Amino acid sequence: MGNVGIIGVGQSAFVRGYPGSIKEMAFEGFQEAMQDANLSSEDIEASIVCSAPEYDKQRSPAGVISEYLGLIPQPTCYLETLCSSSSMGVRMGYSLIKSGLHDVVAVLGFQKMSEISSAESQERMGRGADIQWESPFGTMMPAYYAMYARAHMDKYGTTPEDLANIRVKASSYGQINEKAVYQKAVTMDKLSDPESKMAGPVASPLRVGDCCPNADGTSCIIMVSEEKAKALSRKPIWVMGVGAASTAVNLPGRDLFTGLTVAQNAASEAYKMAGISSKNIDVAEVHDCFTIAEIMAYEDLGFAEPGKGPELIRNKETYKDGQIPVNIDGGLLSKGHPIGATGGSQIRTIVQQLRGEAGGMQVKDPQIGLVHNIGGVGLYGNVTILGR
Amino acid sequence: MSNKEIDDRFKKFGTVSFTSQSKINDFIDYLEQGKVTGTKCKDCGLKFFPPRADCFNCLSSNIEWFDVSGAGKLLSFSKLQFGPIGFENDLPYIIALLDFSDYKVFGRISDKISEDDLQVGMDMKVVTNELPNGQLNYVFEKA
Repeated sequence: MGNVGIIGVGQSAFVRGYPGSIKEMAFEGFQEAMQDANLSSEDIEASIVCSAPEYDKQRSPAGVISEYLGLIPQPTCYLETLCSSSSMGVRMGYSLIKSGLHDVVAVLGFQKMSEISSAESQERMGRGADIQWESPFGTMMPAYYAMYARAHMDKYGTTPEDLANIRVKASSYGQINEKAVYQKAVTMDKLSDPESKMAGPVASPLRVGDCCPNADGTSCIIMVSEEKAKALSRKPIWVMGVGAASTAVNLPGRDLFTGLTVAQNAASEAYKMAGISSKNIDVAEVHDCFTIAEIMAYEDLGFAEPGKGPELIRNKETYKDGQIPVNIDGGLLSKGHPIGATGGSQIRTIVQQLRGEAGGMQVKDPQIGLVHNIGGVGLYGNVTILGR
Repeated sequence: MSNKEIDDRFKKFGTVSFTSQSKINDFIDYLEQGKVTGTKCKDCGLKFFPPRADCFNCLSSNIEWFDVSGAGKLLSFSKLQFGPIGFENDLPYIIALLDFSDYKVFGRISDKISEDDLQVGMDMKVVTNELPNGQLNYVFEKA
């Protein structure tokens, strides 16, 4: 069985309050990916539409979106694993092609978080945990990641300044990513000024500057069989590994609070599939929904020993010219995090890096790139390895 | 209880409950008696908190209740300045996780304890609590 390649990537600008319908928003990412791949809608043999349903007004979005994109009568389906939905979509696309069922598959991730009112959104946020046992205590996403941050600080001496370093790096690249929702500079002075909005408490020890912004947006990845890739593309990027894992939703069902087992397990599967180790990764995109998440990702992926993640950012080793450049597109902290679109956006960035088409964000001549995409609070994990 | 009556005791759990029916509704009766309880599989002995009606380990539904007692170690905590809809009157509040070695308990720190008095690793106990709106939950106090 041949390899699976990626020949087209696209994303809309990630924005606050997209002024159109979900179908029109989906079209923007699809259009860019299809123009990139130089294909037309009838070439797509099947589509996988990914989002987190709590933000959707539309029931069963795959139908209306595939109709709008001209992807009927081909099969389509909806897939969700919260914030890692579109990475899981790419994993499913991989298996559709690898099995021989289809040769060309489109994975479309989208989220219009502003589709519902902020009151509705706040109500839904309260139901992000196990609604029977944890939501009745008033849990929120930032508070769970904050508990991981506290445990990391307690065990390894990680500091609020270490977390702030992550945000400063993100903003240094977010400023040159024209598709990012947050393109302003965030300095260490701003993050440590108690009067600054960025330093306001959210869920201790996390502050406003530690949290990624919401956004509306779409991403699209066009996946093809090896034969098609060679026939259709001058620069196909190959899918070398697609690791995935899950764990307990409820915190009492977990044993580790200084890292995410789903990331560790997905990474080990992906590295094994690709026949490589963390040392072979030249550029990475990690799921920095909160600053602490990026530090844990360094450790979970093997870029740093457990507890040594803060040193990597202190020494600027994850900047563009460092030993392992991470989130050189500004990450979720700058781009924004339209749940279902995020994984596809991360994969788009790595594909552009491997093709040498990342412009001002380009890392020097990367051969192998990695995408780490997490759903929920370390509930679902996907690690995707791509190569030239 | 006749078949027509709906056993919705679980709606009493927490500031806002999102569940009313569960096979482990007796948990609420125990809470009313001042007990926080988990379940144990009678066939394989596995202990569960939060309690479950079914054992995934041996696929049995043969369970018994046990009391959460003694001290657990504080694994982590976070003080929330923003909460979901329905929790506004509770703010700010602290969520936390305790480790009892063969099981863990997630919940809230008692509002009598300030964040400055908390330290990861400290011993805490679980006590039942009635909320101002008449709902029931449990909170963590110093052991």
